[in-house]
Amino acid sequence: MEPIIKLTDVYAGYTPNKVVLKQVNLEVYPHDFIGIIGPNGGGKSTLLKVILGLLQPFSGSITFNTQQNYAPANLGYLPQISSSDKSFPIKVIDVVLSGMMGKKGLIKRYTRNEKEQARELLHFVKLDKYANSAIGQLSGGQMQRVYLCRAIINNPEVLILDEPNNFVDKQFEGELYNLLTELNKKMAILLVSHDVGTISSFIKTIACVNESLHYHNTNKISEEILKTYHCPIELITHGHVPHRVLHNH
Amino acid sequence: MHDLFSIFQYSFFTNAIAAGFLTSILAGIAGTYIVSRKIVFISGGITHASFGGIGMAYFFGLNPFLGAAFFAVLSALGIEWATSKANVREDSAIAILWSLGMAIGIIFVFLTPGYAPNLMSFLFGNILTVTQTDLIYMSVLAILVTIGILVFYRPVLYTAFDAEYAQTTGLKTQLIKYAVATVVALTIVFSIRIAGIILVLSLFTIPQSIASIFTRDFKAMIFYSIGFGFVGILVGLIGSYYYNLPSGAIIIFTLVLIWALIKGVSKIVSMSKPPSYPPK
Repeated sequence: MEPIIKLTDVYAGYTPNKVVLKQVNLEVYPHDFIGIIGPNGGGKSTLLKVILGLLQPFSGSITFNTQQNYAPANLGYLPQISSSDKSFPIKVIDVVLSGMMGKKGLIKRYTRNEKEQARELLHFVKLDKYANSAIGQLSGGQMQRVYLCRAIINNPEVLILDEPNNFVDKQFEGELYNLLTELNKKMAILLVSHDVGTISSFIKTIACVNESLHYHNTNKISEEILKTYHCPIELITHGHVPHRVLHNH
Repeated sequence: MHDLFSIFQYSFFTNAIAAGFLTSILAGIAGTYIVSRKIVFISGGITHASFGGIGMAYFFGLNPFLGAAFFAVLSALGIEWATSKANVREDSAIAILWSLGMAIGIIFVFLTPGYAPNLMSFLFGNILTVTQTDLIYMSVLAILVTIGILVFYRPVLYTAFDAEYAQTTGLKTQLIKYAVATVVALTIVFSIRIAGIILVLSLFTIPQSIASIFTRDFKAMIFYSIGFGFVGILVGLIGSYYYNLPSGAIIIFTLVLIWALIKGVSKIVSMSKPPSYPPK
């Protein structure tokens, strides 16, 4: 099977004398559910930027093998929300529809069908009654759900989520993971999270990013593994790593 | 009442009203973009930098607005380029550009032999001196900007809202930003005629502040801004004619007054009823 995304020996960073990612290799196959973990500043966001085409790597290659032919690839992206979004005058439904922008191009109008599709997605995350509200009127968790709709409206082949559990309220968090499990039947998912304990039961494999990337073909996380792979994330201070994760190793 | 209508017989007055209408369209569209993207300060830098172009055009005997347009577009593209690269302290860069443009302008105006008679009108604007030629330029720009926002509404909106995300969908956001920056710079330069370098930006921000009391939707904000902008200009124009005061200043004063009134009323109304936005 061909990987959808393939990174080969990628070196990347923001200034040439400071490399953030070193010799990173990663292959993403259909139906993968990869948890991307690692310390702050370890390069998780940089890795996402490289995959999303927002950052040109210094060297190495990134290839896409997707069915879609529009650039850069058929990726769905859920970024972390920033506070500046709150004051922007834009309707919730328009935010969702922006997920189709790449397919629509510069001047094509949105059809009634597509608007209906956006509404259905909003209904799906229980926000349909806010379709015509301004995005700033929603709470952080609600905004994140809107952004999730935006990320999946295009039926992406790979869904990339950056810390989705940061703002999502506890009530929706469980639903979010059920939803992701459901979506995973149709698409590969890359999930960046610092909350290792919570995600370990959903993800299938782990990629630990700390300058270099270590791929771990299991969802079991233990301190030994993390140490071996030089992945200093704070398991203990999180305090609630599920039992089965620990004794499985 | 007879007096009020009689002033419409003067061509300078009807010209001024036409210019006011065109300016409210330009400022309504461009201003909504500026305010939404929170680049008011950048736009201030572009406006003041354009004075450098005015000064140089004076010195070389060219049309001052040509010089202003050239400087404004160049600085707009420069700022957009600088902010797309990291490591540039944006606010400092803008402040430097801001004062550098003014400095160049002042130097060249002083180097020009003779007195520069229209200098005050560049700094403070005078809507009553708008000529037929100005109107033609403004009409062309207003038509282009209107068609532009109608055709490219969503790409422009989405790039302004979340450029990084828009880029991941395959949109050429950098190109869109440069194109919009150019158009915004041109709209500012053509509005200098109305309110002058020092006051012009208020035409791009106060109507939007009034509009945001009524709506939090980009498209609706454009319409409200055009409406309130035109009312402000019209009232200011008539006021300046009757009291023989600088039109630019009266227009701004009128707009702020409208804003304060509506804001005050909306505060009272919102206090007397429960919040309408959804609770968490």
